[in-house]
Amino acid sequence: MKKLPLYLLLTAGAVVMIYPLLWLVGASFKSNDEIFSSPWFIPSSFDLSVYARAWKTVTPHSMGHYFLNTFLIIIPKTVFAVISSVLVAYGFARFDFPLKKLFFALLLGTMFMPAIVTVMPLYLMWSAAGLHDTYIPLTLPSLFAAEGAFVFMLVQFFKGVPKEFDEAARLDGCGNIQLLVYILAPCIRPVIVSIAVFTFLWTMNDFLTPLIMISSVEKYPLSLILRLSADSTGDGYEQRKIIAMSVIGLIPSIAVFAAAQKKFISGITAGGLSG
Amino acid sequence: MKKRNYRNPVGVGKYTGLLLITPFIIGFAVFTLYPFAASFALGLTDFDGIRQPRFIGTENFTDMLSSSDFRNAAAVTLKYTFILVPLKLAVSLLAAVLLNAGIRGIGVYRTIFYVPSILGSNLAIVIMWQFLFTSGGLADQLLGLAGLPSVSWYGTGSGAMLIIVLLRLWEFGSAMILFLNALRDIPGEYYDAAKVDGCGRINSFFRITLPLLGRVTFLNLVLQVIAAMQEFSAPYMITGGGPMKGTYTIGMLIYDEMFRYHNAGYANAVSWAFFMLVTGIVLVLFAVTRRRREEFI
Repeated sequence: MKKLPLYLLLTAGAVVMIYPLLWLVGASFKSNDEIFSSPWFIPSSFDLSVYARAWKTVTPHSMGHYFLNTFLIIIPKTVFAVISSVLVAYGFARFDFPLKKLFFALLLGTMFMPAIVTVMPLYLMWSAAGLHDTYIPLTLPSLFAAEGAFVFMLVQFFKGVPKEFDEAARLDGCGNIQLLVYILAPCIRPVIVSIAVFTFLWTMNDFLTPLIMISSVEKYPLSLILRLSADSTGDGYEQRKIIAMSVIGLIPSIAVFAAAQKKFISGITAGGLSG
Repeated sequence: MKKRNYRNPVGVGKYTGLLLITPFIIGFAVFTLYPFAASFALGLTDFDGIRQPRFIGTENFTDMLSSSDFRNAAAVTLKYTFILVPLKLAVSLLAAVLLNAGIRGIGVYRTIFYVPSILGSNLAIVIMWQFLFTSGGLADQLLGLAGLPSVSWYGTGSGAMLIIVLLRLWEFGSAMILFLNALRDIPGEYYDAAKVDGCGRINSFFRITLPLLGRVTFLNLVLQVIAAMQEFSAPYMITGGGPMKGTYTIGMLIYDEMFRYHNAGYANAVSWAFFMLVTGIVLVLFAVTRRRREEFI
């Protein structure tokens, strides 16, 4: 039983980490009074109708509409991010070319660039192009390997694939792109999964970019509709409704993380990237 | 000039790689270089976001330096960063050391510790946090159970800042994962040898583990400083920057100047100055930890 103190310590930590989330789910069933009377997360009664009310939101559209909006951003963004990062990483990992070191340094530099600095000029740029209030400012940058971290992670992985694979494939007549698609891409599948999962999670979490770029309510992604609902709560407002909306809003992220967890963790452990 | 040899497979020219990284080159020019230059140029103008910008030289920059709002925001942002980052590094390192133990069920603990950080700045989490700290909310109830007086979380600047610090501290999982990976790379033989030499556990942590974690600690430090300095969504949603601008970060200032007061020229000047500030801090960190830098990247 030498391990007992360690287990106790870890369990105490785990409770701190997970309790707020349990509380959130429990509070979605609680009346305003109950929220403020008991720290225990299990509610006195389960009334699922709050979720039906939350689903309707405070706008003419249901949560389903905003989920759809979010996925209209996430799906192209994920596809773009995977394709562009793989191509760029392949270039860095497998080829020699002029100014390679400079470009790689710039790539690493973008990882340390605070988003808040570029967001204002980009907003003006997209507005001037007439693309404000469309999803293009949210998705198109991903087509250009906008996340340096993804490229960096992929380069590390490409380097782990033996060069002999390339030589053998080239002898058999593979071109540059065939080599990537048929030989290398399958070797780095776990990273590709990680990139897709990260793009999903980060897009679900992103608040500033849609806040600035999207102005009409019917185009809002989930984060903005949550903000709108939270802002429109007044005195006597049923708090569990906005809490239930938050729970619904967290489900996609938790589901994706749970589904991809194994592959995802193996991807980040080797690549050194994290949320 | 010496002609450089490009080591490429037979039949592959020196421009093939360049062609493959074209998306990055275009993206860098359009989404990083251009905004960076534009923000400096617009910072030199009087601009409301709609009408033609009018060149006014460095007026925005001098205004900024003498503005009490900007000074306050800079002080708040730095204070927040200095409080949060050391705490977060310490907690994530401690958690990583505990989670590095090879005991049964450790994977479950790792996942649980990591979950808050993947939900990260998800707005649902921010809203949840706001509820946890409302007067009479869960935080106050727990303090009551422990026999402590309740805190006026939203009433004072430091209380409000503590709410945000606790939120971001709770999300230490990403830093923890980096530490955990680095810990896994330390060969177990080091500890065995230390044990033979009579070195205790605490001692070997300070003499073996910490020195070997130099690189990853630095990486975490830089990443966390950058993330903390641009904090926006938590103060925006939870405290509104208040009370008395006690949580009014530079991120909020830039947003407000641009979208609430339509001072696009001024907002860009602040953005640019802020970038310089962050870069300056990162360079100082690099200089201070110079000895370790050779190992980095």
